Amino acid sequence: MERTPDVATYREDDERHGPVVAEHTAEHTLEARDVRLGYGEREIVPGLSVAVPPGKITVIVGPNACGKSTLLRAMARLLAPSAGAVLLDGRSIQEMPTKEVASVLGILPQSPTAPEGITVSDLVGRGRYPHQGWFRRWSAEDDEAVARALLSTDVLELADRPVDELSGGQRQRVWIAMALAQRTDILLLDEPTTFLDASHQLDVLDLLTDLNRERGVTMVAVLHDLNLACRYADHMIAMRAGRIVAEGRPVDIVTEELVNEVFGMRCSVIEDPASATPMVVPLGRHHIKDPAA
Amino acid sequence: MSGAPVVAENAAHPDGERLADAVRQISAVRSRGLRRSLLVSTGLLAAVVVVFGVSLSVGDMVMPIGKVVETLFGGGDGGSRFVVLELRLPRALLAILIGTGFGLSGAVFQTVLRNPLASPDLIGISAGASAVAVTAALLFQVSGLALSAGALTGSLVAGTAIYLLAWRQGVAGQRLVLVGIGVGMGLSSVVWYVMARSDVTDAQEAFRWLAGSLNGRSWSQVWPLLIALGLLVPLTVLAAHALRPLQLGDDAAAGLGAKVERGRLALLLCATALAGVATAAAGPVGFVAFVAAPIARRLVPGRGAALPQAALTGALLVLVADFAAQHALPSVQLPVGVVTSIIGAPYLLLLLARANRVGSGG
Repeated sequence: MERTPDVATYREDDERHGPVVAEHTAEHTLEARDVRLGYGEREIVPGLSVAVPPGKITVIVGPNACGKSTLLRAMARLLAPSAGAVLLDGRSIQEMPTKEVASVLGILPQSPTAPEGITVSDLVGRGRYPHQGWFRRWSAEDDEAVARALLSTDVLELADRPVDELSGGQRQRVWIAMALAQRTDILLLDEPTTFLDASHQLDVLDLLTDLNRERGVTMVAVLHDLNLACRYADHMIAMRAGRIVAEGRPVDIVTEELVNEVFGMRCSVIEDPASATPMVVPLGRHHIKDPAA
Repeated sequence: MSGAPVVAENAAHPDGERLADAVRQISAVRSRGLRRSLLVSTGLLAAVVVVFGVSLSVGDMVMPIGKVVETLFGGGDGGSRFVVLELRLPRALLAILIGTGFGLSGAVFQTVLRNPLASPDLIGISAGASAVAVTAALLFQVSGLALSAGALTGSLVAGTAIYLLAWRQGVAGQRLVLVGIGVGMGLSSVVWYVMARSDVTDAQEAFRWLAGSLNGRSWSQVWPLLIALGLLVPLTVLAAHALRPLQLGDDAAAGLGAKVERGRLALLLCATALAGVATAAAGPVGFVAFVAAPIARRLVPGRGAALPQAALTGALLVLVADFAAQHALPSVQLPVGVVTSIIGAPYLLLLLARANRVGSGG
């Protein structure tokens, strides 16, 4: 399998310096340029451009069916745009060799299912697929990548357990470990906290932040919880009906007007006492102290 | 890429020790799995060799194993040469070959489509072979190799039709299984229609083929099957490279850089051809493709598709079933398919019962 020179250089540096390679990862850029996206006749995103800031955590928020997962799928090359292109380092990902894309860009799909009976270490080991050829099957490098992934997601002690016996939180960590074993500089996550309880949601987002800070991995995640999104995002993209309504630092963009425009929901925005990021307090019709507010 | 002594290099890193320990743990888990899978394969292979030996020596005339070996290596008198080399050897070899073909085919279908019901005998591939073979035999008096070729063509055509009918911007396992069961039922009705319109004696002959039988099989069925498997097994091994990511589902597989649709098509083609050539040689021997892979996966849990073990299990299954079919009842030789169905049908019921309880619908 051939590689572009910059990818090969990064790989070797990565092995030498261990996890701290932030200055290299920022070289990879991902952007969507005038993409039109949809399934069959149904168009969901009618033309949109966005650039992912390298080395940052980007969170996409928006109401159901606003096209946020569709956009993420297109950026992960799971969905081909009917017009426009997704560019990885300036090249259209649809035209790049699939394994070359997969060695730079990883994806954690929405609620993935493991094959019956597969063990944790086997599942995580499959993250090494893009680095393996027809004849180079398994190496010390693969073992090391799997070990690092299991360590950083704290699932090493589960290594020979079947995935289908684990709890939801453990299972999600195992899938993240698989994406990590792929050792990509960009990681896209489609609702990585869905079906997790509050404390596991925090665990997963803390873990992603660690990876971002230690390895400089560029992250793009679709999240449902607005307050966690505000807290963990360096860069936020708010979408409605297939269009980007606002993007920027949560502190700069999240206002009562924006939330109302994007979600059609009344709210007040206060400062999160823990993180000093915006905190959205929703206002429904009931249980409001002062209905006039 | 440098795959060299990473562990030693990283020992300088603060968490080097922890990492080195983790690496040791991972490779221990991996080699444990590998050892188990080798052990199971060796055990299955040994069992195949033993049953193979027994099938060659036991029959209307019991021959000591020493004499069997002697005959195999060119010794023995005319009588034992005829019994071993012309009657028993081709039959036992054929049992191994069709078992391998069905076992491998079923394992590939079930893992690619992520559904334990997705086996060629349940989703219409075997029904395609049967429809063409029975039509050719009863309406056009075709027999021998031409009949086998017809059966192979039938399974490939049925496989292609099912794939195309199930295609909707890609092929999902569930939809393909349902379409396959429907197509299979349609093709079965063709079989019964043709049989009902034919002469009773001819229909009885066709019926024996439909049950899946090794009775009266000779070298003329062994050679084509051996050549076909010699081509198809290596192709399947090559295509199975994509099976590791494909097992994780389409999105995860695509994210890992696998060519999902192309990889799946290649695997399904290989598996369809494997089932086709096996059916062509001995008829649709029921349930072998269906049960071989689940048995193999139980023997080597957590090892993914377990293709080699599934192939060996299939071979052992047909070999044992054919031995039982020949000798279970005095003076009657049952079709081997009757015996494999006795093993397979309860498993299907068990699977359906369990799936209902879990609520996964299979």
